[in-house]
Amino acid sequence: MATNHEPDVPANHNENRRTFLKQSSLLTALALVPGPVVSAAEAKLDERVAEAIEQIPLSLKVNGKKLKLKVEPRTTLLDLLRENLNLTGTKKGCDYGQCGACTVHVDGQRVNSCLSFAVMHEGQEITTIEGLADGDKLHPMQEAFVKHDGFQCGYCTPGQIMSAVACVREGHAGSEGEIREYMSGNICRCGAYTNIVAAIQDVKSGGQKV
Amino acid sequence: MNQFQYVRATKPQAAIEAVAKDANARFIAGGTNLVDLMKRGVMTPQKLVDINRLDFRKIERQNNGLRIGALALNSTVADDKQVRERQPLLALALNAGASPQLRNMATVGGNMLQRTRCAYFYDVTMPCNKRQPGTGCGALEGINRMHAIFGFSDKCIAVHPSDMSVALVALDATVQVSGPKGNRSIPFADFHRLPGDTPEKDTNLEPGELITAVDVPDGPFTKHVHYQKVRERASYAFALLSVAAALDIENGTIKAARLAMGGVAHKPWRLTAAEQVLVGKPATEETFRQAATVAMQGAKSFKHNEYKLRLGPNAIVQALKTAAAA
Repeated sequence: MATNHEPDVPANHNENRRTFLKQSSLLTALALVPGPVVSAAEAKLDERVAEAIEQIPLSLKVNGKKLKLKVEPRTTLLDLLRENLNLTGTKKGCDYGQCGACTVHVDGQRVNSCLSFAVMHEGQEITTIEGLADGDKLHPMQEAFVKHDGFQCGYCTPGQIMSAVACVREGHAGSEGEIREYMSGNICRCGAYTNIVAAIQDVKSGGQKV
Repeated sequence: MNQFQYVRATKPQAAIEAVAKDANARFIAGGTNLVDLMKRGVMTPQKLVDINRLDFRKIERQNNGLRIGALALNSTVADDKQVRERQPLLALALNAGASPQLRNMATVGGNMLQRTRCAYFYDVTMPCNKRQPGTGCGALEGINRMHAIFGFSDKCIAVHPSDMSVALVALDATVQVSGPKGNRSIPFADFHRLPGDTPEKDTNLEPGELITAVDVPDGPFTKHVHYQKVRERASYAFALLSVAAALDIENGTIKAARLAMGGVAHKPWRLTAAEQVLVGKPATEETFRQAATVAMQGAKSFKHNEYKLRLGPNAIVQALKTAAAA
């Protein structure tokens, strides 16, 4: 990945854990490969290989911040957010567009970030769960999820909240049935659906600006 | 995932040339199916030509119908005022497919070009004549509960997964394509293929041909329509079987009818013989049952999908009853 192009994103408390995970998985991989490859890697050959892969310039706006990046074409929008920009609020669930954990807004529309390549989003504006709150003030949908206990393990929650905000903005939160239909792209394995629907109804009926 | 070269097209002709001259190049629009297939190694294009910047997003009135640009998003089409007024069956079918997030990404052209969701096609460790011609069909003697009951061959029994296409074949749509040899129109019913001996070919598109629009002619089907989708959960699942039904009813008599099924064949399955049964008859359950019987003529099941032989006619009757009451 193009670490030299990483933008100045605020460090978050997960960073040390994530750096450790990256290092430890690299070490595991090295332990499994034959000797000559290990010595090549030790001689920084792995970085040269990475640099040989085509890097495409990419300009986009993430949570209001303009970024100029270089990305490999294979990088999905989800991996760009999580691995390159350290915005790990957006979750990787299935990675095949079946669970909705990776839901973000692109130019205001909710999409599965795992199913598109980052390079396809030139010039677009991405909003992730990190971009929803106004400083320390939670977005009304975030508050409603806390109030109604709209989660258990929390893994699907960022995707649920991004989808829920879009659901209200689109005008698809008119009834419990409509909410359930228009939230069907977000799976919750803990089964917090009843409380998620209650949270969305609360925000919708509260009339706050979402 | 395999490495690939990425290019962004700004002119249709350049995109067409890039794909026409390179057998390993593919167009990419929404990417919801192609990216999925690339992650699994089912498709391994060496070059992707991004067509999202091309000017094929408009929905407009043209020649007594609607011309829907190939890059119009599924959600845009389903919410479009003209589509909802003039072609409500299309809006219903679109909203029955995928999830809101996917409909915000998937395009009309891409929806038509979806590959089958047959598990043997998706699993690269399994034989599949569609993915790798000559390796055999895993589904024929395998788990075939999702599979075809019409038009299959001993090479492939997969079904086409699109809901939108079931409505479009019923509505006599026409596909506009642009290719290295110029432009042409393909009637929707001739766009997708039956598997025969070449299940690797889903459609009759030639190499490099690009879908630019779909034309849906005006018709009388603005009120009595229904898209009945039977699936294993209430939303966000592929159809076990689906029915698109459209009726024009005057004083209780059916003046015109359109009927098509999804989840039963390698292509969206138009039921013209059953439509003829309906025309001129009273819009009653008895008439609908007669049409359903004719619709199912020639259906054959495999070990695990025998249920479709009973589900099919029941879904047709239900779709027609709901359409008539709409």
